Amino acid sequence: MEPNKKLDIREILKDLEHYVPNKRGWIWRDVSPQTIGEFTYMQASPGLKNFVPLPSARGLGNIDPQPDAVITTEIASGRFEDDIRRMRMAAYHGADHIMVIRTAGQSHFDGLLEGTPQGIGGIPVTRKQLRAQRKALDIIEEEVGRPINYHSYVSGVAGPEIAVLFTEEGVNGAHQDPQYNVLYRNINAIRSFVDAAESKKVMAYANMAQIDGAHNANATARDAWKVMPELLVQHIINSKFSEKAGIKKENICLSTVPPAASPTPDLKLNLPYAVALREFLSDYKMRAQMNTKYMDSSTREATVTHVLNLLISRLTSADIQSTITPDEGRNVPWHIYNIEALDTAKQAMVGMDDILSMVSLKDDGYLYDKKREIQERSILMMEEIIEMGGYFKAVEAGMFVDSGEYPQRNADGISRDMNGGVGAGTVVKRDPDYMAPVTAHFGYNNIAQYGENYVKNPSSLIGGCTFEKPELVKFIDELDDTDNVYLRMDKTEKYRTGKIIKPEVEWLGDGTVTVDLFFPSDIRTSEAAALEAGRKMNLIDVEVIHKEVLHPSEGTRVQIKGTFAFDIDVKSLVLPEIIKSHSEDDVLNYVKKHPIKVVAGTAGNDEHSVGIREVLDIKHGGIEKYGIKYEYLGTSVPIEKFVDAAIETKSNVIMMSTIISHDDTHYKSMLKLHNYAVEKGVRDQLILIAGGTQVTPEIARVNKMDQGFGRGTKGIHIASFIIDHHKELNLK
Amino acid sequence: MKERIDDFQTRREHLKHLSDTELKAYFLELSDKIVDPLIDLAYQNTSKSIERSILLRMGFSSIDAKAIVEILSENDLLRKGAGQCVYLVSKEYGLPIHEAGLALQNGDHIDYLMERFNIYGTK
Repeated sequence: MEPNKKLDIREILKDLEHYVPNKRGWIWRDVSPQTIGEFTYMQASPGLKNFVPLPSARGLGNIDPQPDAVITTEIASGRFEDDIRRMRMAAYHGADHIMVIRTAGQSHFDGLLEGTPQGIGGIPVTRKQLRAQRKALDIIEEEVGRPINYHSYVSGVAGPEIAVLFTEEGVNGAHQDPQYNVLYRNINAIRSFVDAAESKKVMAYANMAQIDGAHNANATARDAWKVMPELLVQHIINSKFSEKAGIKKENICLSTVPPAASPTPDLKLNLPYAVALREFLSDYKMRAQMNTKYMDSSTREATVTHVLNLLISRLTSADIQSTITPDEGRNVPWHIYNIEALDTAKQAMVGMDDILSMVSLKDDGYLYDKKREIQERSILMMEEIIEMGGYFKAVEAGMFVDSGEYPQRNADGISRDMNGGVGAGTVVKRDPDYMAPVTAHFGYNNIAQYGENYVKNPSSLIGGCTFEKPELVKFIDELDDTDNVYLRMDKTEKYRTGKIIKPEVEWLGDGTVTVDLFFPSDIRTSEAAALEAGRKMNLIDVEVIHKEVLHPSEGTRVQIKGTFAFDIDVKSLVLPEIIKSHSEDDVLNYVKKHPIKVVAGTAGNDEHSVGIREVLDIKHGGIEKYGIKYEYLGTSVPIEKFVDAAIETKSNVIMMSTIISHDDTHYKSMLKLHNYAVEKGVRDQLILIAGGTQVTPEIARVNKMDQGFGRGTKGIHIASFIIDHHKELNLK
Repeated sequence: MKERIDDFQTRREHLKHLSDTELKAYFLELSDKIVDPLIDLAYQNTSKSIERSILLRMGFSSIDAKAIVEILSENDLLRKGAGQCVYLVSKEYGLPIHEAGLALQNGDHIDYLMERFNIYGTK
């Protein structure tokens, strides 16, 4: 796969029936110190083959150090075909764990969904959808040079089937926690635990990483930080249950979120909890998730909360660092915010590399006392659960997700009747002659009645099951001819070739744009004014997505979104010429060996100097930064003086700034400069460069300059051109 | 649960003097006590979803697996294992596993299973 070629989604959908994923199981990063240029990173992993570095890496040789933790992004817009493109973008920004959220209601669906219907707030997870995305990820991981873990949810009333489906389709990780079913999905508790053991055994067979669901308690509880003791209890219940069902400790990952967020004293609440958890559950892996509970519509605020979460990860530990998109407080995540969240995680983790070699956590005082208190409170809670008669009785009594910090109780916990909920009364006791001739089946299985030799490998009784023989898997294509990927793709086909384009936030051709506005007015007026502004910009379906008071009467910031309903024909666009530039090191090295001198100034009766100073001075990243010496002649420099000064100072280059364009003054100055240099007999020894806001490379060359530079030019562009041309002159 | 004030200080009396290591060991010990009965429960029981997952592994589509489990459940045969029912029909009638399942889905051979398992009075 070439970076400059688009993924062909139709090609991915072709021949899916015969696609078999190339591996099973979770893959961690190859954690090891990495030296990149003059920097050594201790909590790191090898770099990528293809990537997009952080924006500021431009000034650092485009390095893209990768941290040690696997980095997660959640992608599920409702259209899996569009999500595939986002996955590729995410992988370039450092994601190697891609989670797919299921469509609303799937956890209550008694069985597997098939085909590719559109989802709401997620996607219907089906065999075809999984296979298409896994196939795409197999291509993408090859492209970036690092395995990508694919992940979704084994919950609801069809958990065991989903676990089997995931194993067959090469899914590498999954959420599995029966407590989630019970507390948040009101699925019968007995059914949930019975199913969970089977699901976990299957996941263990496939070597999947398992993530639990405890983090939901702090998203649900009234005051998230008060639920900390209970979080330890929920984590250990699922972890122990998983271990007893067969999952290896190193594949059991705790989904842990710092429960509180600033403006609470974030670290004082979250750090003792993080330490308490990692101490008590040290056998397992940490999947550090970011806080969602206290997210509002400000993406800036969310990002700061998330960076504080990352600080906690670095001060304690994170094996998987998950990311929450900063727009999650206001919409189903958009492309750009998945990337922002990934960059936030990468930037912060690399920035805090090896922090614990310089600072350490205190093992006395507040941190210790608070940590110990959380641990003791969790133990007291477990004692009471046992006293009450066990887990089911405790759930019935409303022990969980109470807003009081245990042992305080506010009588507002979630209570579930042991014999109630979805799927109540559906569990069947196995008879003594119960038997299942398949691999990775949990629990009682009287296979011995058919022969002791089948006990070790029950599926050998039928000659193997799909886990050993993938060719047995039955692929169902589409079941609904009014709702499927092909119909959706037909509708947006014209945008797929790249010849017609439209702004987009999640789905090809969605046309959604955001506009950031400030009004010198109160919040109500500003909101109404923003909607009106959007309509006057010809946007359709204008909605306010964020507002923030700067001052009650002086001003309000409003962000709106709307649909831009026009297509842009790429053929009709005039693309700016590509200005070549070399790496900073290449330019520096060349200039070191071949000293270059420049005379520069603003021509004619023109007092502008800002532009030229920006491309000259070291302070602004001008050519001086690369070792090029210059003689600045000032403003309103007569044309002749440029050439005379160049001769006098033995300079190789003239850089003439020309801002005023009235009456084509700038063209005339260029021609005049060229002619005078010819007259003096030095034209072929000099590199003549013109620059200015109205200058384009084409116009400059027509007017006998060697090159012209317009708006947006940086010192590196000019320096690169100078060394290229200097090489040519030397060759001559 | 009934409302209750935070009585942590009185409740913790017996934990106060435990070392950190002892505290952790006690935490893990309690977790076993909570989880063991849950695992036993799972060990002894099955569900429609578990049985469908077994049929998926035996090479049935989700649609067929669902239909087979429904008919077996109606006849109170899930306690024998859906996989076993398919296997026995396949053995008895010399059918490949897949065809045996489809036959069951059609309602064929249920009587054979009832007899084989010595189930009386259900159908």
